[in-house]
Amino acid sequence: MTIASSSPPSRLPLRGAEGAGTEQRTGRAKARENGGDGRLAAVFIAPALLGFTVFLLWPTLRGIYLSFTRFNLLTPAKWVGLDNYVRMVHDPIFWDSLKVTVEYVVINIGVQTVAALAIAVLLQRLTQSAVLRGIVLTPYLMSNVVAGVVWLWILDTQLGIGNQIIGALGFDHIPFLADEHWAIPTIALINVWRHVGYTTLLLFAGLMAIPDDMYEAARVDGASEWRMFWRITLPLLRPVLAVVLIMTVIGSFQVFDTVAVTTMGGPANATNVLQYYIYGAAFGRFQFGYASAMSVALLLVLSAITFLQYRLTRAGQSDLG
Amino acid sequence: MAAVTTTTTVRPTRRRPSIGRIVAWAVMAAILLITLLPFYWILRTALSTNTALAAHPGDPLPVGLTAGGFERALGLQSAKEAIAQGGAGGGLKFWRYLLNSVIVSTLITVCQIFFSAMAAFAFARLRWRGRDKVFGLFLAGLMVPAIFTLLPNFVLIKQLHLVDTLLGIALPTMFMTPFAVFFLRQFFMNVPREVEEAALLDGAGKVRIFFRVLLPMASTPVLTLGVLTYITSWNDYFWPLMVSYSDSSRVLTVALAIFRAQTPQTGYDWSGLMAATLIAALPMLVLFGFFARRIVSTISFTGIK
Repeated sequence: MTIASSSPPSRLPLRGAEGAGTEQRTGRAKARENGGDGRLAAVFIAPALLGFTVFLLWPTLRGIYLSFTRFNLLTPAKWVGLDNYVRMVHDPIFWDSLKVTVEYVVINIGVQTVAALAIAVLLQRLTQSAVLRGIVLTPYLMSNVVAGVVWLWILDTQLGIGNQIIGALGFDHIPFLADEHWAIPTIALINVWRHVGYTTLLLFAGLMAIPDDMYEAARVDGASEWRMFWRITLPLLRPVLAVVLIMTVIGSFQVFDTVAVTTMGGPANATNVLQYYIYGAAFGRFQFGYASAMSVALLLVLSAITFLQYRLTRAGQSDLG
Repeated sequence: MAAVTTTTTVRPTRRRPSIGRIVAWAVMAAILLITLLPFYWILRTALSTNTALAAHPGDPLPVGLTAGGFERALGLQSAKEAIAQGGAGGGLKFWRYLLNSVIVSTLITVCQIFFSAMAAFAFARLRWRGRDKVFGLFLAGLMVPAIFTLLPNFVLIKQLHLVDTLLGIALPTMFMTPFAVFFLRQFFMNVPREVEEAALLDGAGKVRIFFRVLLPMASTPVLTLGVLTYITSWNDYFWPLMVSYSDSSRVLTVALAIFRAQTPQTGYDWSGLMAATLIAALPMLVLFGFFARRIVSTISFTGIK
């Protein structure tokens, strides 16, 4: 839209009206000499703008629209107003899956953040070897499906090496993925295994921005590593930590793959996370309208969390300035 | 890289190893062990027979050494042979899925990075009306979780009659991701104007500047972004699961999940499953092996997300 209307002549008067700094003005003058880049820009932006409009903007609007319809994919969508949302509010399985998802996110993000922070600090204070950082990242190269299948095997109640070790230590075998109470924590930890390396590297990037002489000065003052962590590392890492936290929480809420290959929502809906329930509604029962309504609910939850986290942790500010 | 060398020389306090340091190293070693052991266990299981696995579940070495698992995963065994060795006997052709995964990931990566770089150039270096507004829109796109667009995108792909095709899997992410555009724009913004102006004086057009000057200068970020995009699309499961129904468009992640779901009556075909897992995982390990140093340092010094 914007591009089609940007034919060079019509922009000239506008140009004169705005702009203040001299540097900008010379830049603008130069652009005017060249006749502007409007046409060239249109060509350069076209593929990305097409993709953006067709596969991101339009689906987002359409997803919201579908949430107000009854739609089974075969016959045209029929407007039903708030029916899907009313149904959602009264659907105990929806609330249950939301609860399961939140439980998953709390365990997943809690453990992952602490672990990533610990590993990043260990890497920073012990060795900055790129090889070790590479090793820490390797599970991230696996798909969630691979990670799920591998841990399904390792944690198998009878034959899994995990349970073999537990047995050898004299404990009873644990049905990690077959037990209602164990399943969600287990899935959360499997995903910690796959993602913790990436989070570690992001935090490590933040740690590298903390000047070394701060640690040197603290050491001269006789501060212990423990004290330095609480007094230097953590306060200065806070902005990075906040951004990483927002990112990982959003990712965590979308958990689907691992559930799909390990427990398939079971046992007894114990791992029926929201995204799995949405998928079942859409592709199992062809209720695309209802599935869209739940997606909108998830979108709202994520937006609210992002906003809250941003406010609470003052993500935009840095103490390093 | 430079930071690594300076910090190691600056740190003079390598006195006698304190107890704290020893404990810290022990924790580090344990973390590395947990990180890496599952990979060994995949290999160990893939090279074992199912019957021997049941008899010696805790043996650290492959038991009843065999390539049967791999043969089953690649569809080289007859159904009878497969069932005799504890497989499902269902025909899974991991060669085919491997090829599909390569096609889809390559298509997505090459097109997405190229188109995103073009857009990033237009945002960073060209002047046009509405530029900041369009860029703001792209930034807002970063806020929409990918998962939200999957259902409507599926409806769209179905309307385009592209369900169960490789193009259908690739299409939604082939043109751009807001992140790729944002990341590359950031890089182009940081290239000094003088570089561009020198080329302009030499009579080069803007198109030429993009292809001959800026794009080559961006080879490191482009490569890092490319490898990460490749890994992401290779590992994607949810979207291909929606779009593909048959062998013709089945990618490795989906095939692996199907393999896992085909549980034979006697129990899991762990040997075949781990062989298939290895086939799905190995290409990314090799790819990472080539670019590890560059990727690790890009992520850990720029915080690419």
